[in-house]
Amino acid sequence: MPVVMDADRIARALTRIAHEIVERNKGVDSLALVGIRTRGVPLARRVARALKEITGDEVPTGALDITLYRDDLMRHAVGPQPVVRRTEIAFSIDSRKIILVDDVLYTGRTIRAALDALIDFGRPRAIQLLALVDRGHRELPIKPDYVGKNLPTSVSESVQVRLQEIDGQDEVIVQQEAGV
Amino acid sequence: MSVTTRDPGRGSIPGRDAGPGIRDPQNESVVADGPRNSGDRTPAPGSRAPIVALRAKDLLGIEPLTPEEIVLILDTAEAMKEIGSRPIKKVPALRGKTVVNLFFEPSTRTRTSFEIAEKRLSADTLSIAIASSSVVKGETLADTALNIEAMQPDMIVVRHASSGAGHLLARICRSAIINAGDGMHEHPTQALLDAFTIRERKQRITGLKVAIVGDLLHSRVLRSNIHLLTKLGADVWVCGPPTLIPADVTRLGVHATSRVDEAVAGADVVMLLRIQLERMQGAFFPSLREYFNVFGMTEARLRLAKPDVIIMHPGPMNRGVEIASEVADGPYSVILDQVANGVAVRMAVLYLLAGGAENEAAA
Amino acid sequence: MKRLLKGGRVVDPANGLDGTFDVLLVGDRIAKVGRGLPVDGADVVEIPAGLVVCPGFIDMHVHLREPGQEHKETVASGTASAIAGGFTAVACMPNTDPINDDANVTTYIVDKAKAAGLARVYPIGAVSRGSKGELLADIAELKAAGCVALSDDGRPVATALLMRRALEYAGMFGMPVIDHCEDPSLKGDGVAHEGYQAATLGLRGIPGAAEAVMVERDVLMSEITGGYVHIAHLSARASLRAVRKGKEAGVRVTCEVTPHHFTLTDESLASPVAYDTNVKMNPPLREAADRDAMIEGIRDGSVDAIATDHAPHHYDEKQVEFDRAPFGIVGLETAVSLALDRLVHAGAIGLPRLVELMSVNPARILRVPGGSLTEGAPADVTIVAPDLGVRVDAARLKSRSKNTPFDGWELRGGVAATIVGGRPLFVNPEARLDLR
Repeated sequence: MPVVMDADRIARALTRIAHEIVERNKGVDSLALVGIRTRGVPLARRVARALKEITGDEVPTGALDITLYRDDLMRHAVGPQPVVRRTEIAFSIDSRKIILVDDVLYTGRTIRAALDALIDFGRPRAIQLLALVDRGHRELPIKPDYVGKNLPTSVSESVQVRLQEIDGQDEVIVQQEAGV
Repeated sequence: MSVTTRDPGRGSIPGRDAGPGIRDPQNESVVADGPRNSGDRTPAPGSRAPIVALRAKDLLGIEPLTPEEIVLILDTAEAMKEIGSRPIKKVPALRGKTVVNLFFEPSTRTRTSFEIAEKRLSADTLSIAIASSSVVKGETLADTALNIEAMQPDMIVVRHASSGAGHLLARICRSAIINAGDGMHEHPTQALLDAFTIRERKQRITGLKVAIVGDLLHSRVLRSNIHLLTKLGADVWVCGPPTLIPADVTRLGVHATSRVDEAVAGADVVMLLRIQLERMQGAFFPSLREYFNVFGMTEARLRLAKPDVIIMHPGPMNRGVEIASEVADGPYSVILDQVANGVAVRMAVLYLLAGGAENEAAA
Repeated sequence: MKRLLKGGRVVDPANGLDGTFDVLLVGDRIAKVGRGLPVDGADVVEIPAGLVVCPGFIDMHVHLREPGQEHKETVASGTASAIAGGFTAVACMPNTDPINDDANVTTYIVDKAKAAGLARVYPIGAVSRGSKGELLADIAELKAAGCVALSDDGRPVATALLMRRALEYAGMFGMPVIDHCEDPSLKGDGVAHEGYQAATLGLRGIPGAAEAVMVERDVLMSEITGGYVHIAHLSARASLRAVRKGKEAGVRVTCEVTPHHFTLTDESLASPVAYDTNVKMNPPLREAADRDAMIEGIRDGSVDAIATDHAPHHYDEKQVEFDRAPFGIVGLETAVSLALDRLVHAGAIGLPRLVELMSVNPARILRVPGGSLTEGAPADVTIVAPDLGVRVDAARLKSRSKNTPFDGWELRGGVAATIVGGRPLFVNPEARLDLR
């Protein structure tokens, strides 16, 4: 299983992205991070920590569950529903610049669902997208603003991000899917 | 069996994500998340693998559910509850689905709760109160349901005065049937929202002493609660005059007593059930005044319970009969929380059943 | 028409017979029973090994529904169902519409039975006018028109006083009073046996005591009047206790048990189909201890007869909520198989006892001809096949109604042929019996 990013490279990518965020937004004023469950959430927190180290300011961070906004819900007659978890956004998103954080950007459908969910929460001033890995194969017109690593893949491969907070270690792995 | 309030373990959801064109498996693992349970990553010893779906197409009662299924509904309801605190209290999860509320018994509270739950999930909802409809003209329950089915609802929520009405509909209808109360049999969503409320206040259900006092014999809320609380390991005490205790009720795994002090002593939860005025006609007890004197929940009686006891009632209440006003309105009462939680729990049930396996019409 | 039933096992307990015998039928009578009877111009019917020749079975408790409820059953369809079930005669209850409290209704039923020409029909007349429990019906007229017993079945005989008067008055004619024992106040609006199953399913209960309290009453009334009381469809062990005590004290009380009460329990309410209205009848299916007590009573002689309480109901009427469904199931075509499978093969009783329960005693209680293969008796013969594999198929029942809980059951034992007045009205093609 080829490891395409190890802990070290992930850390450096996130630090680099944090600097990009500060540069592009000219500071962290009215910025907020919203991690998309599940692994977008610890990533968002790490970026928030990095931003604090750079600027000294706290950037509010929230967690977004997009299950109920997915476009593939109810479309399959057979099979269970995906498990729903809580969304926790403790601050108002109105007039803020929201940075959506996800671990892997692929078809873009998750992001579309996240945009719908965010709009139901309020009216942000702007929404930017941060992805640790962009593996291509977009099915919707969605473009990331910050990318940790561009990773061209084939459709028969799967990209897995493992994080210390959830999986016990940091790494990004590419796997061949069996029988696809 | 201990019941945690969060996802108990890891695993990935089968089936759902393998559909054509849907390529976001990254978000699908069932691993614990969030600050509250970063330590909860591995399943507790002895607990089973988490489940992600209900087995049956219908929810006719608590009795057929496994403890895992009950926990799944409660966990899902937690996520649903959060939606009620947003400015826009709506998610598109059941968009395009049609839900018919078929109420053959009058009900404001339960019907409203279901309607709100359905609308919050963006379903198209229609409520039919049958006192005003064909059954009065002599149409059978089966025919009424089949006629509505012909218009292809996805789910039918049904409340009826006859025990087993939901079973009859489930046999003949393709739609998923949700029992909103059938006769004296079960009222599953009530028991689920009761459990949700208990869990919210006490963080668990296992090992709690729960006293249920009232007209046990005629209560569907009682039966559903007995099934649910015993499945999740609570210590259940049911109490009422001997005339109102169902036959062999201890076979369901509960203690039964006619001494309310015994039931309430050291209780974590006291649940009161409504006494219907008509029961005097059946000679079940002499008068409401006497009932209140012997069984009514007063502040004095409540002192026997634990200091952090919670008071529950499925409503509507008869103040001064099964419950004294100062108890109903007092600091221990979570009665209004129950109502609030009803919407979240019903949203969870609707969501979990809507994605269920393809329905088959029974013979 | 002479027919010789040759070489079969004959079980005729009234005459103390259980062995291989020939039975000669001449016209509509039994001419002779013996060994090695001369053929003498008779049609010889070889009885295959394994089949058993018995006096015709009599079901002393059926509902033929005619007049007034012909959508459920008629005399014609009911008697067709009877002979398919091995019964050469049935006694039909008076809760028709109008109630059989009047000689005209009795005559109507008798005429319909004659026209159908199948099983014999012995009408049971009402005890009280309209079965309202107030005034006695015209009992002498009912008897003259053909009634063999009296009952207000569907309801209990309303008061102890009415029961006493009925027993005294009917005793004049030697007619038994058949009581559907149930205290209305204890029954209330119950729909199932009061016990764990009904409590869990949320169904209002009917305690066994509701029946027993009335049985006790009737035994006492019989004791003080000397009249004949027969307890219909006994179901509760407390009731059986009362009957036993009465018999021990010499009271003229008899009782019957239905096949469903010696086969099923209230667990059928929950499975295989929850709230199955084909499991709703009155008295209800009770708990296992009651069912076992019924079998014990059948074994030890406390129970006198097996009667089906055949109660046809139209499909539409049963396809409703449990509370609203009418009480009752059909039983004529499953009784013999259930009795053979659950009583004889299960080892509780032997065939001679079965014949007592289904032929000898019903004839004796109702004081009608039959119950034995005595020379000169009517040629009513039931040939059973105790080892025939039977699969109950509700759709193919001869009864107009199909409300049975036994659909799909595989049972060991069935009916080979039913002969009424010398005519073989029913022959089971599966029984390899060459009888035309």
